[in-house]
Amino acid sequence: MTKDLKTKQTQFLRRDVLRIGGGVALSAPFVSRAWAQTTEINMLAWYGHGEPDIVGAFEEANNVKFVPKYYAGGDNMLALIAQSPPGTYDIILSDAEFVQQLNLAGYIEELDANDYPFDDMLHEDFTKFPGHWDGDTLFSMMVRCGHLGVSYNTTAMSAEEASSYNGFWKPELAGKVGHFDWHLPNLGMMSLLNGNGSDLWDLSDDQWSAVQEKTMSLRPQVGGFFDYGGTFNGLKNGEMLAMCGIGDWITGALERDGATVASIIPQEGGIQWTESYCIGKGSEKADIVKSFIQYMLSPEGQTKSAQMIAYPGFAITKAGRAMLQEVDPAEARRSHQYDGMENEPVALINEGRIHYRDIPQQQSLEDWNDFWSEYKNA
Amino acid sequence: MKAQRKIDVYALTWRLPIILWQLLFFVGPVVFMIVISFFVVKNYRMTEAFEFVNWERMLTRGYFWDSYWYTLFIASLSATIAMIVAFPASWALAFRASETQRRWAVFLLIIPFFTSYLVRTFSWYVILAESGVLNAILGYVGLGPFKMLNTHFGTIIGYLTLTLPLAVILQTITMANIDKTLIEAARNLGCKPLATIWRVVLPLSKTGFIVAALFCFILAFGDFVAPFYLGGSQEPTLPILILDTTKSGQQWPRAAVVAIMMMATLFTIAFTAIVLAYRKPKGTNA
Repeated sequence: MTKDLKTKQTQFLRRDVLRIGGGVALSAPFVSRAWAQTTEINMLAWYGHGEPDIVGAFEEANNVKFVPKYYAGGDNMLALIAQSPPGTYDIILSDAEFVQQLNLAGYIEELDANDYPFDDMLHEDFTKFPGHWDGDTLFSMMVRCGHLGVSYNTTAMSAEEASSYNGFWKPELAGKVGHFDWHLPNLGMMSLLNGNGSDLWDLSDDQWSAVQEKTMSLRPQVGGFFDYGGTFNGLKNGEMLAMCGIGDWITGALERDGATVASIIPQEGGIQWTESYCIGKGSEKADIVKSFIQYMLSPEGQTKSAQMIAYPGFAITKAGRAMLQEVDPAEARRSHQYDGMENEPVALINEGRIHYRDIPQQQSLEDWNDFWSEYKNA
Repeated sequence: MKAQRKIDVYALTWRLPIILWQLLFFVGPVVFMIVISFFVVKNYRMTEAFEFVNWERMLTRGYFWDSYWYTLFIASLSATIAMIVAFPASWALAFRASETQRRWAVFLLIIPFFTSYLVRTFSWYVILAESGVLNAILGYVGLGPFKMLNTHFGTIIGYLTLTLPLAVILQTITMANIDKTLIEAARNLGCKPLATIWRVVLPLSKTGFIVAALFCFILAFGDFVAPFYLGGSQEPTLPILILDTTKSGQQWPRAAVVAIMMMATLFTIAFTAIVLAYRKPKGTNA
């Protein structure tokens, strides 16, 4: 009896295996077809842009999969493209000030301006952003922006003290002022403090020397130079009470978690970082990439961008801002994205208090970097 | 007539893998690094050239030499502290602990290496922060809070995280192999404990101790994590300078110059240390 049962079980198992195996074999063509339909899109971007909170819904709706390669800084981005064969990256997220170099080097495709909602932009400047057009030809589509100013711990500095870059020199902050370790925003801020206004990147030798001198005078206050993670931790655990070179893109993420930090645009002015999408030269997936850029400029995409987990940014379209206010009024209020609010981003631009980030005009990036290394060693 | 040397094919066969490994993964990359230090960067792309501009640019910059001397100093200080702090523990393990206890201790000292060094470094944030564990304990006895993160102290703590277990292991193994009767003879002849360490234990452990110190120095000299995350990049060490150089303008050739200077320094120090370690004391024939 036992033997019979065992034989029966064995036979059943054998039949079962054959049945399942046959099923798998017969369905294989369908499985492989389904896999083949998932298109991989190679993305080169700052951290966070290829994460599920941003691309998840688009991936699901279009059966695509983003394969992100993250960089830190425009130089790094240019180098990664320069060292890769044409067509490696289908979509490139660039800081606006580097778009022109991407275009000059022939790394990006032309875009059709009719594909994008230029009539819905929150500010006129966003429609003709410097470097994004070559004559009447569009090469890059601005997708989000943010402002850099004085970032501080609200228990250590008042908003009034933070309303000038001079606040970094507050004696009580000695050893507690941190730098985001990138020369461009830090030296740009020092240039604004020196009264260079809209010429902050276009410095004569004398102005450049004055900026260096002013920056050096801050060195005794400085408690460290940090990358994104270090900046985040420094502000969160109170090791740093003020931070130069950043803005709401870091304090905003901390604020959402309840940290007592904030960013303010000081009276000397702030700097705008701007991120734009380009289609990589030679990409065979230009159509779907175009759809993705359109998606990111849609109200839904703009809302996701403003809520981005890695770092928040401003919506740049009217419809995007309206949707943000509707679905996440708390975030819209926190980031001042309501008309008439104090520090409302578009009003700040109109008041001339915001300057778009650029690269040095009269000095080379190497000169600025050399000085930054000297400063760190001082 | 000179006897012709016969090639030992058997021995050569066994040596070949390590020779190939060294050629492929050490000599090759070093040669490549030397070569690219003469290249130039144009439009963020390295271009083949034979120019001394990178050498001239880096070696004439004050910040390079500031970083160089600082790295040399802090790595030496860290190695010295590691050797001193490790000694009592190693002494106890070598001379006071049983064979079983020593094996367990060495095993436990190896365990930290199972975890990522970066994770171990980040865990110090919780302990060293102004609102951290150490300051909380010090607060109970009315001290502090002290600033420990983003300081030279933080850098040293990071280096010790990396090197201290290694220093204890190497010192323990070295001292455990000393002939104990020599120590007993010194004590029987009236030598005091400290004098015994100085005149018997240390001379007999010289080779192992120098090798241990050398390892501690090498690891600290080339470490990026501790000075960056616990030292707050102030002042920047040479590994941080390499990162800065590549980050801005993608100057890999200039970073290669810094790396070659680091390697030249390490070679010089390692060679000197090995010579010292194996040098026979004056008046000995053995």
